[in-house]
Amino acid sequence: MKALVIARLTFREALQRKLIWGVLALSLVFVALYAFGFHLLVREWNEMQARRPADGGGSILTYEIFASSMVMLGLYTVNFLAGIMTIFAAVGAIASEIDSGTLHAIIPKPLARWELVLGKYLGYAGMLVVYIAIMVGSVMLTARLIGSYTPPNIIQGMLLIVLVAMILLSLTMLGSTIFSTIANGVIVFMLYGMAMTGGLVEQIGTVLSNQTMINIGIATSILLPSDSMWRLASYVVQPQIAISFTGPNPLGTTVPPSATAVQYAIAYCLILLLGAMLVFRRRDL
Amino acid sequence: MFGPIGHPPYGILTPMTETAVRTETEPPAGTAPAVETFGLRKVYGDRVAVEDLTLRVEEGEVFGFLGPNGAGKTTSVKMLMGLVRPTSGTARLLGRPLGDRAARAKIGFLPEMFRFHDWLTGEELLDIHGQLYGMSRAHRQRRIPEVLELVGLSHAGRQRVRTYSKGMQQRIGLAQALLNEPRLVFLDEPTSALDPIGRRDVRDIILRLRAAGMTVFLNSHLLSEVESVSDRVAIINHGRVAAIGPMADLLRRDLTVELRLSAVDPELLDDLGRLVHIEHVDGHERPTVVARVPDEETIARAVDLLVARGVRVYGVMPERRTLEQVFLDVVEKEGGKAE
Repeated sequence: MKALVIARLTFREALQRKLIWGVLALSLVFVALYAFGFHLLVREWNEMQARRPADGGGSILTYEIFASSMVMLGLYTVNFLAGIMTIFAAVGAIASEIDSGTLHAIIPKPLARWELVLGKYLGYAGMLVVYIAIMVGSVMLTARLIGSYTPPNIIQGMLLIVLVAMILLSLTMLGSTIFSTIANGVIVFMLYGMAMTGGLVEQIGTVLSNQTMINIGIATSILLPSDSMWRLASYVVQPQIAISFTGPNPLGTTVPPSATAVQYAIAYCLILLLGAMLVFRRRDL
Repeated sequence: MFGPIGHPPYGILTPMTETAVRTETEPPAGTAPAVETFGLRKVYGDRVAVEDLTLRVEEGEVFGFLGPNGAGKTTSVKMLMGLVRPTSGTARLLGRPLGDRAARAKIGFLPEMFRFHDWLTGEELLDIHGQLYGMSRAHRQRRIPEVLELVGLSHAGRQRVRTYSKGMQQRIGLAQALLNEPRLVFLDEPTSALDPIGRRDVRDIILRLRAAGMTVFLNSHLLSEVESVSDRVAIINHGRVAAIGPMADLLRRDLTVELRLSAVDPELLDDLGRLVHIEHVDGHERPTVVARVPDEETIARAVDLLVARGVRVYGVMPERRTLEQVFLDVVEKEGGKAE
């Protein structure tokens, strides 16, 4: 299938980009700092535990809550870096290749235009899955080896982070078939920021029991479900005790999005991808 | 949703025209014209890029496609290559409608600005293009060294395309266009980045392709280049075909001829003027008459007239016209600017 030729080419090309290596370097720094941070947490905790008998009082806080928060912070960073990487990698997927003329020799070949869009999508998706798997693996290994803590449902959490990346990838690809690279970057980042802010507003709304604020959050997650899928990921990888303790917060949620929301997010990816194929099919180069 | 594999990338233009084309008897394979366009038109907003392109290129010929800047050449080629959607009209390549997958596998294209992922080596680049053409691994492995040799890049196949000079990039683009052993190849300004030696190489390659029976659609600014290889030529102006025909016919239209005669008088010039358009008469002893004639036959008739009047004809020198002069005549007559 010709789409796979394009997918392989896209994957290899992405690895040629300086931006991608920038994100990878940043990721490496993050993993190192993260491991160091986790190490500090464990040391502090052990010191606190050592002092406790002298205090004479027990604590309602368990180690699990701290370790789980660390894992969540780690995954949040992975989720964010993956989102940035998605947008940077795919922002000019179609538009920049129209401008540079590389598509002029490819489109006349015996392959359908939708195969080109699908191939590019698969190429970027492959790269993102590898990246997310390595990063989530690093976070989990750090928690296990340094913190002796294993978060629950880590695979589910990872798949949800992949889903977040796919949502952003579909949006970015669709934008790239319509707008110039720069316009697309601005639009996608604005929407991405809006989704994050919307999620925050929803959390504040939950604390204040303000339905309007909650509705704003819901509306933004319909427009771009990236943040709500991240919040679901954060929900599934924490034990209930940690969720109850933390409560509504900027990074997580106490009210997980429903199965319907997940189905919606998957449908969102597919529909935007189909949209990109349809728009590109009619596009003059 | 996208139709079966092999469906044109975008539906067919005006249904009525399409039906009309379909109802023509399907020509048996190999005898259909290589390129056939019917009223192709492209409008961007309120700007007409191509007004009405109707032409036919037979299999096995080298077809020169000329026109001043902005005449619609590139848009025409882009429509045929499926890069741009025609506003109306239709076309067939190798007897198949635009976008037909099987036809595309037999067509090569060198875009005007050939750009590719330049982090690949020449061989890798050709391998990917070969895969996109649908060539088998064995076919690619045999063919890639052949085309590299053909375009003179055998030594550079393992280098990254990024390190290539502009001329080498154009050569690798040409290799890409010929990789699939096409029956029809579109070359859009194939020598724009080449030095004189490179131009000669490309001209030789085109002649070899013609000898091998391939149809070449050559879009070029370099009139001398087109003149030296083309069998037939079309001159496009204002998005229409302003002149089309065999190269030899175009060059022999509207000739200027110089006649060296023993003597002239006003009466003779009057009579001669009814046959040819006299531009000027120079000299008294053995005067030279410079005249425009529509074709070669008229020259013969003019000589007959002179001989019949007892005038001695010392010389008949038809001016050898170049494609450039024909081109300028056609374009300027139409009020276009040859920039």
